[in-house]
Amino acid sequence: MKYLRYVVAHLARAKRRTFLTVSSIALALFLFCTLRTVMTSFDAALRASDDTRLVVRHAASLVFPLPLAYRDRLAQIQDVEHVGYGNWFGGFYQDPKNQIAEFAVDVKNFFLIYPEILLPADQRRAFEGERTACLIGRGLAKKYGWKLGDVVPITGTIYPGEWRLTVRGIYAGKTEDIDENTIFFNWEYLNESMPDVRKNWVGIYWLRLHSASLAPAVSDRVDAMFQNSPQPTKTETEKAFQAGFLSMMGNVSMLLTILGSAIVFAIMLVTVNTMLMAARERTTEIAVLKTLGFSNRLILMLVGAEAVLLSLAGGIVGSAAAYVIFRNIDFTGGGMFANFRVLPETIGFGLLLAVFLGLLSGLVPAIQASRLQIAGALRKVA
Amino acid sequence: MKNGELVRLRNVHKRYRREQNEIRVLEGINLDVKEGDFLALMGPSGSGKSTLLNLIGGIDKPTEGEVWVAGESLGSLSSNALAAWRARHVGFIFQLYNLIPVLTAYQNVELPLLLTRLSGKERRERVALALRLVGLEDRAKHFPRQLSGGEEQRIAIARAIVADPTLLVADEPTGDLDAKNADEILTLLKRLNEEMGKTIIMVTHDPHAAQRAKATVHLEKGVLQS
Repeated sequence: MKYLRYVVAHLARAKRRTFLTVSSIALALFLFCTLRTVMTSFDAALRASDDTRLVVRHAASLVFPLPLAYRDRLAQIQDVEHVGYGNWFGGFYQDPKNQIAEFAVDVKNFFLIYPEILLPADQRRAFEGERTACLIGRGLAKKYGWKLGDVVPITGTIYPGEWRLTVRGIYAGKTEDIDENTIFFNWEYLNESMPDVRKNWVGIYWLRLHSASLAPAVSDRVDAMFQNSPQPTKTETEKAFQAGFLSMMGNVSMLLTILGSAIVFAIMLVTVNTMLMAARERTTEIAVLKTLGFSNRLILMLVGAEAVLLSLAGGIVGSAAAYVIFRNIDFTGGGMFANFRVLPETIGFGLLLAVFLGLLSGLVPAIQASRLQIAGALRKVA
Repeated sequence: MKNGELVRLRNVHKRYRREQNEIRVLEGINLDVKEGDFLALMGPSGSGKSTLLNLIGGIDKPTEGEVWVAGESLGSLSSNALAAWRARHVGFIFQLYNLIPVLTAYQNVELPLLLTRLSGKERRERVALALRLVGLEDRAKHFPRQLSGGEEQRIAIARAIVADPTLLVADEPTGDLDAKNADEILTLLKRLNEEMGKTIIMVTHDPHAAQRAKATVHLEKGVLQS
């Protein structure tokens, strides 16, 4: 610690260079945190998935619905505790660019299937008791300023027309991974509005199990039950179902990793250059320190510490900026990300990366400084 | 080493290689310096004075011969051991002061003490004492750029003595100063020698500066003149 003042004094010496280096590292770490948050946001749905919840859909494609009649048969299957159902609605609010996730759900069983949706009891009763009622997430309430009692007109894309829904509940997620940007409304309201040929068809079923270990066996029972019917089913855990969506995006993860690595590598080169320049300017000073008795190892540590401190400062600024910015703006990427927030693990990883960057970039100048020959260095100046 | 002997050089040679050429800087140097001496090392430019001082100060090693200082054969020490030895035994004073520009006068003087096990309080006391000795306790918070040349050199002297080294080596300490400041520095060095018993070896090309020393030796083309 007694040497810290010396290290900090040197960083303060060339203010413009320190500022620019810290800024470039901060920008790199900001971009790194953002890219990593894209990946972790894709994974948010996976993290929010519950292994005691199964999703039953049409075996051919999610596009094809299943009969409502399957409900009672699914309820009879051994180890199934609760059955719920819903239809993806897909609509927008006022402008097509305001795409919002909407689900028409079976309100009677909805909270049994999704106990992580938290709602005051009075709001729950209001939601269950009114045909045109809807629940909105806290994120939507904040974004659009909707309050209890507001009528929200949603324009359907799969189900055409304007659907006027009354906000009777504003839900919160039990964990931060739960999406709070969705609208849930009564499936009955959707169903009764359909022409006869489209009535009583369900998009997906959800099954609640007592234990996650039962998932494989129950999945097999469900699919076996409907194997030879006109609408065969595919049953899987919610996690597997969400993972299927992610896999549609191809190897985005690898692409983002490559991009992130390239950014970090480029900045590392910049920092190495900066540290080499700084070390060259201080040849005499390092020679004097060695003359005073500073050992090669101490010189190595001081120069290395400078690089690490510089990099860490940039890392803190960049990571903190990413955290604060995405915490305060409602970034959903046009509806692609339900929960775009920088996780503590991402910040931790970013800071570790900054330290690693500092160590790497400081290595060459630190070794050069430690190996400096005193007499030769002092002679050059004289 | 004999009683009272602080520095002993025997048959010291120093040679450098520049591409294919061998440059002989010092040839067969034999020198003894006793504790409490104030020795001036004089000679024309390129005579090897600074090189000789560097060998005595432990910042360079001879090509041949033995250098004994404060009971230690410097040639047998590793670079880390030599660094530790310098920290304990040698105080350097340079022609161009070589203060660290980003540190205050106080922090510059404190530098050698960072290598010791002294507590922060003890370091403060030592630094204050050193600054008082050179008459600059009121300039402790100033940066080198805020000091005159003479003040910078006095801070450099404070830095050289703060760890109470066995030996002070000064390489043209007045070379960059005007007459008035040079005189003040030499008076200070003389005081350190006479009142505090500091052994000083000073390189100078200025006869007036050499007169302040107790003894003078001359170096010419790398050879000590008798």
